[in-house]
Amino acid sequence: MLETALKGSSRYWGWLVVLLGVIGVGAGMYLVQWNQGLTITGLSRDVSWGFYIAQFTYMVGVAAAAVMLVLPYYFHHYKAFKNMIILAEFQAIAAVTVCLGFIVVDLGQPQRLMNVLLHPTPNSILFWDMVVLNGYLFLNLVIGWVTLQSERKHVHPPKWVKPLVYTSIVWAVSIHTVTAFLYQGLPGRHYWLTAILAARFLSSAFCSGPAILLLVALLLEKLTDFRAGEEAKRSMAKIITYAMCVNVFFFLLEVFTGFYSNIPGHEHTIKFLFGFEHGNYVAVCMWIAAVLAIGSLALLIPPAWRDNAKVLPVALIALVVATWIDKGLGLLIGGFTPTPFETVTEYAPTVPELLISLAVYGTGALVLTILYKVALTVKKEVS
Amino acid sequence: MDTSRRKFLTYAGVSVLGLAAMPAVDAWASDTPYVVSSKQLKATRWAMVVDTTKLNSEADFAPLIEACHSIHNVPDIPTKQNIKWIWYDERERVFPDDENPYMAEAFEHKNYLLLCNHCFEPPCVRVCPTKATFKREDGIVMMDFHRCIGCRYCMAGCPYGARSFNFMDPRLHLDAAKENKEFPTRTKGVVEKCNFCYERLADGKLPACVEASKGALIFGDLDDPKSEVRKVLKERYSIRRKPSIGTQPNVYYLI
Repeated sequence: MLETALKGSSRYWGWLVVLLGVIGVGAGMYLVQWNQGLTITGLSRDVSWGFYIAQFTYMVGVAAAAVMLVLPYYFHHYKAFKNMIILAEFQAIAAVTVCLGFIVVDLGQPQRLMNVLLHPTPNSILFWDMVVLNGYLFLNLVIGWVTLQSERKHVHPPKWVKPLVYTSIVWAVSIHTVTAFLYQGLPGRHYWLTAILAARFLSSAFCSGPAILLLVALLLEKLTDFRAGEEAKRSMAKIITYAMCVNVFFFLLEVFTGFYSNIPGHEHTIKFLFGFEHGNYVAVCMWIAAVLAIGSLALLIPPAWRDNAKVLPVALIALVVATWIDKGLGLLIGGFTPTPFETVTEYAPTVPELLISLAVYGTGALVLTILYKVALTVKKEVS
Repeated sequence: MDTSRRKFLTYAGVSVLGLAAMPAVDAWASDTPYVVSSKQLKATRWAMVVDTTKLNSEADFAPLIEACHSIHNVPDIPTKQNIKWIWYDERERVFPDDENPYMAEAFEHKNYLLLCNHCFEPPCVRVCPTKATFKREDGIVMMDFHRCIGCRYCMAGCPYGARSFNFMDPRLHLDAAKENKEFPTRTKGVVEKCNFCYERLADGKLPACVEASKGALIFGDLDDPKSEVRKVLKERYSIRRKPSIGTQPNVYYLI
C-alpha cells in the first residue's frame, strides 16, 4: 500500500521537498546541540524544561484527540465519520511521532535513551508515559493500516481489529492522563500540583486535536477530491465547541481556587502568566490566548456561525492558537515560575531551539503527508 | 591466496569458542571483591545540622563552598546555566513559606546555607526513569552520572532547587591544573548535586564542608540516639525547608 505514496503530483513532491528542507535545517542545528549540549537553548537551572517538553505535551493531546471520532464511529456506529476516521488515526500516528521526537531532542544524553528500558522504573511516570505512547503508536498503526488495507481489498476488516479499537479508545485517554501525571504529582510546583490538571489536559486535547484535524480536512477538500461530508464536519465542530467550553471552564476553576483562597502559591503563577507580576512576553501571549479563546467560543457557539464555511476555519485557528499558547507556552513556563525559591527566572526559546522544534514538527508533517497520501489514494481507488 | 574452507571453519570455530568462554571470564572478573575500607563511616540515616548562628557573612560561607566545589570539580559558570552543589541565599528565598513582614532585623536579610536535603522521601528518586538517582541504605540520595539520560525530570521534581544540569561540557569552565583527579569530572547532559561526600565517608572522613566549617556544620546518624546531631537537635530549636510537602529533609537548621 505504501507504494501509493510514491506517485504524486508535483505539488505533492514540492511539499515533501519543503518539509525535507525544514527537517534538514533543524537536523543541522541538532548536530550543534549534540556537539555543544543544551546550552544552545534558553533553558536554565531554574527553568529546566521549556519549548521542547511543552510541544511534546501539546502533541500528546493532539494524538489523544483521535478518540473523539473513533468513539462515536465504533461505539455508536456513527457512520458520518466514515471518511474522517482514517485521517484521525493517521493524525494520531504523526502526533505521537512528534512527541517522541521532542522527548529525544530534549535529552542531555540521547544515546542513553534505552536506559529507560534497560533499567525499567515503574515508580517513574516517565516510564509509564513511554509505555503508553509507544503502545498508542502501535495500536493506531495496526488499526489504521489494517482497516485501510481491508477497504482496498473490499473485505471486512479482520475480527481481531475490533478489540484493538476498543483498547485504543481507553488508551487514548490514558496517554494524556499519564502525561498530566508527569506534572501533577510533583510536590514543589504550584501551577501543576492540582487534581484538575489531567482533566484540563483532556479537555484541551479534545478541542484542539479535532480542530487541527478539521482544519487539515478542510484544506484537503480544497486541494484534493477528498470529501469529509457535511454532517461529519458539523458534528466535529459541535464536539470541538463543547470541549472548548469545558476547557475554558476548567481553567476558570483554577483562577477561582487561586484567588478566592488567596493562597500565594496558588495565585503567584497566574499573576505572573497574566503580567500582574514581572510582566514579560509570556503575559502578552497569555492575553492573546485569552482573547482568542473567548473569541473562538463566540464564533463557535451560535450554530449559524459554526456551520458557516467561512467563519468556521477562523474560529478553529483562533482555538488552536489559544490552546497552543496555554499548553505549549504557559503550562511549562508557569510550572517553573515561581522557582523553588519563589523568584522569577525568565525563559524564552532561542533560535536554534525553535529551528530544532520546527524540524520535529516537520517530521510529523512528513509522516502525516505520506500517510494521508496513502489513505486518500486508497479511498479514491475504492470509490 | 592461502584461504580454504577448512581454514575458515577452524578460525570460526575458535572464535565461537572464545565467545562461549566470555561469560566465564566475566563471572570471574565480577568476583573481584569490592574493597571496603575499614575506616568507612557508617550510618543508616546521614543528616546534617546547620548552626545558622555561626554562618553570617560571606567570609563564613566561602570556605565551605570552596571546599566542596574544588574537590568535586564543580565549575563556576557565570550564567543561568550554572552548577551549584552548595551555596547560600537570603532567608525569604531559603524559607519562602515563612513570610513575615515584621521579621527581626537581624534575620530579615540573613543568609542561609543551601544544599541537597537528602530527603527521606526524595521526589527526585520517585520520578527518575532510570534509577540514575537513588537513595542509598545510609540515606544519601545519589547520582549515577553514567546512567543519567539527562531528561531533567528530577530537576522538575526537586522542590528545593538543589539540582544542576550540565547544559555544556563542564570541563570548559574548570582549571585543568586544579582538577581533583580523585573525583570524576562530568560530561555534558547529565544532572548533578551534593552527594554528602559519600566518597570521603567511605574513607573515614567527614564531608568536606563539615570539615571546613569550624563546627558550624554537624554531621551524623539520625538513627543513632547518641550521635552528635541527635544531641544538638534535642537541645536547640531547629527547622527544615518546606516541611509541609512531606519530603522530610535530612538537613536541619538551628536558629
